[in-house]
Amino acid sequence: MENFAIHIHESYLYGLPLSVVNLIVMFGAAFVVLLGFVAPFAGLLSFIERRIAARIQCRIGPNRVGPQGLLQFLADGVKSLFKEDLIPKVADKPLFIIAPYLVFLGMFTSFVVLPFSSQWIVADLNVGILYLFATAAITVVGLVMAGWGSGSKWSMLGGMRSAAQIISYEIPTGLAALTAILLAGSLSLQEIIAAQGPHPWQWYFFDNPFTFIAFFILFVALVAEGNRAPFDLPEAETELVSGYNTEYSGMRFLFFFFAEWAHLYVLGAILTTLFLGGWQVPESLLASVGAESIAARILELVFFQLKIYVLVFLVVQLRWTVPRVRMDQMMDMCWKYLVPIGFFCVAGVAIWMMLFPDGVSFVKYLLIAFSSAMVLYYFYKVYRNFKDSRAELELNPFV
Amino acid sequence: MLDSLQPLVFGMLALIIFISAAFITFSRNLIYSAFALLGSFTGVAGLFAMLGADFLAVVQLLVYIGGIMVLYLFAVLMTSGIGDVRLTNRSIAVKIALPLALVLFFSLGKLIFETEWFAQQTVKIAPTTAAIGDLLLTKYLLPFELVSVLLLSTLIGSVALARQELRNSKENHD
Amino acid sequence: MEGLQHYTPLLMIFGLGIVFAGLFLLLAYAFGPKNPTASKLDVYECGVPSMGSARERFSVKFFLVAMLFLLFDVEVVFLFPWAVLLKTFKEAGMGAAVFWPMFVFLAMLGLGLLYEWRRGGLDWD
Repeated sequence: MENFAIHIHESYLYGLPLSVVNLIVMFGAAFVVLLGFVAPFAGLLSFIERRIAARIQCRIGPNRVGPQGLLQFLADGVKSLFKEDLIPKVADKPLFIIAPYLVFLGMFTSFVVLPFSSQWIVADLNVGILYLFATAAITVVGLVMAGWGSGSKWSMLGGMRSAAQIISYEIPTGLAALTAILLAGSLSLQEIIAAQGPHPWQWYFFDNPFTFIAFFILFVALVAEGNRAPFDLPEAETELVSGYNTEYSGMRFLFFFFAEWAHLYVLGAILTTLFLGGWQVPESLLASVGAESIAARILELVFFQLKIYVLVFLVVQLRWTVPRVRMDQMMDMCWKYLVPIGFFCVAGVAIWMMLFPDGVSFVKYLLIAFSSAMVLYYFYKVYRNFKDSRAELELNPFV
Repeated sequence: MLDSLQPLVFGMLALIIFISAAFITFSRNLIYSAFALLGSFTGVAGLFAMLGADFLAVVQLLVYIGGIMVLYLFAVLMTSGIGDVRLTNRSIAVKIALPLALVLFFSLGKLIFETEWFAQQTVKIAPTTAAIGDLLLTKYLLPFELVSVLLLSTLIGSVALARQELRNSKENHD
Repeated sequence: MEGLQHYTPLLMIFGLGIVFAGLFLLLAYAFGPKNPTASKLDVYECGVPSMGSARERFSVKFFLVAMLFLLFDVEVVFLFPWAVLLKTFKEAGMGAAVFWPMFVFLAMLGLGLLYEWRRGGLDWD
C-alpha cells in the first residue's frame, strides 16, 4: 500500500506532498473495499438466503431480475430509495435518525480487518480479533437507540432484548476465540491464519478436542449475536411485529438489514480465520500459478470465500429449519451452557498445550474422521428430505 | 501518513471528547446524556490508539461501550418517569458542586503548567498485548490475582443485590 | 509498523461509512415521496390506536444481565494478554510460570460462575 502510494506520487502527482497522495490512495482503497466488497457481499447474501429459504419452503424465490434473480438486491436497493421515509410522531427524532447510522457503522467498520488473502487486508491490526468484537459493541448501542428512539412498544422490547442477547453472547464468543489465540499466540488475524496450514489436519478446528468444541460454541454464539433464527427474539415476527426496526422504512430500514447480512459474512470470516485456516492454499497449488503472482492472491481469496460461503449456507439453513427458542431458554443456553463449556475449553487447550506442545496426530485424525462422518450423515439426511418432500423440484438449483 | 496529520487528528478527537462530555453534563435529558457517552468513550479509545496502546484502545471500546454504556442505558431505562423529558436530570446541589469543580479546575491547571513536558518524536506501534501480559504475570502478579478476588466479590455482591431487587419487583407485580 | 499509518484505513472507513450512509439517505430524501398522514406517523399497533407510552420502567432483569456481562467481560479481557503469552513462554521452557497464575485466575472465575448459578443469578425469571 505504501509502495503503491509512493509509485503514484513519483509518476503522477509529484506536485503534491507525499502525505496528501497517501491520503488520496488510502481513501481510494477504502472506497474500493466499500463498493467492491461490502455492498455486494451483503446484497448477494440476501439473494442466497432468499433462494435457499424458498427452496426449503417449497417455493422458487426471486428469479426474475438478472440471471437467476442474481440482481434482485440491486432492484431492492433502488426501490427503497423511492420509498417514503417516515418518522413516527412520538419518536425521539435525533435518536431515531442516528440509530441506523450506528448499526451500519458498527457492521461496516468490521470489514477493515478481514484478511481476504495473505496480502489483501485493509488494516492488519495487532489486536484484530478484539477489534472485531469491539465493533459489535457499537451495534448494540445502535439497537438500543433504535428501540428507544422509535417510541413504539415493539421497538423498545426488541431493542432491549437484542442488547441483552448480544452482550450475553459476547462472553462465549470471547472464550471460544481464546482457544485459537492460545494456539496461535497472537491477536492479529493474519498471524492466526499464518500459524495454521492449508490442510485440514493443520487447522485449529481439528487441533484438539477442546478447539473442536470451541468452534461450535463460537458458531452458536455468533449466530445469536447476529440476532438470527433460532435466536431472532429481538425481531420475532409473531411476538414483536418486527422488533427494533418496526418503525423504520425505506433506506433506514435497509441499513438494519444490510447490517444483518454483513454480520452473516463477518461470522463466516471469523470462524474461517480462527479455526479453518483462512486463506491458506496448498503449496503445490500455489506454486503452479506462481507464489508471488496475482493469481495466487486470487486463489487465496477464492479459498477464503468458499469456506465462508459453506458456513453461511449452514447458518441460512439453520434459520429456516429450526424453530425459535424462548427468551429464558436463550439466556440459559448462554450462561449455563456456553459460558461454562467455554471456560472448560480455554483451560483444556492450555493444559493440552502444556502436555502436548506438538499436538497429537492420532487425535487430529480421529476428529477429522468424526467430522467427515458427520458431514456424510448431513448430506444423507438432506438428500432424504429432498426425496421425501418434493420430487417435482428435485435437486436442480436452477428454476 | 497520519504522522503529519497527528495534530489534526488529535484536535478532532479532543473536540469529540469535549463536545460529548459537555453534552453529557448539560443535557437535561438523561437518555441523551447516556448516549452521548458513546462519543467520549470512542474519542478516548482514539487517543489510546494514537499513543500506540492498541490493546487498551480496543478494550476501551469493548468494555466501556459494550459493557459500561449498556449498563448505564439499562439503569436509565429502569428509572420511573424517564419518558417525561422535563422531569429528568435537573442540576442539583450547584452550591456544593461549583466550588468543588473550581478547585479541581485550578489544581489541574496548576499541574499542567508546572509539569515539565517532553516531546515524544514518534510513536512506535508495536504489539502491546504481550508486554501487558508479561508485566501482569511477573511484576504485577499479586495485584493481578487480587483483581480476580475483587471480581469474585463483586459478582457475589451483585447477585445478592439483584436477587433482592428482583424479588421486590415481583412482589410489586403481584 | 512505525507511526500511525496503521490506523489510517480505520479512520478512512469510519469517515467513508458516514459519507456513504449519508449519501444514500440524501438520495432517499430526494427521490422518496413525502405525504405523511396522521395514521402513517402513528406508531405501529395491531389495528387499534396505540395506548400509553412505550417509555415505561423496564425490568431489572436486563440490568442484571448487563452487570453480569460487564464482570465476565473484564475477566475475559484479562485472559487475552495471557493467551498471547502462553505459546512463547512454553517454547522458552517457562510454561509453568504463565500457566499456574492463570489457572488460579480461571479457578476464581469458575467459582464465581458456580456461585452465581447456585444462587439463581443466571436464571432469567
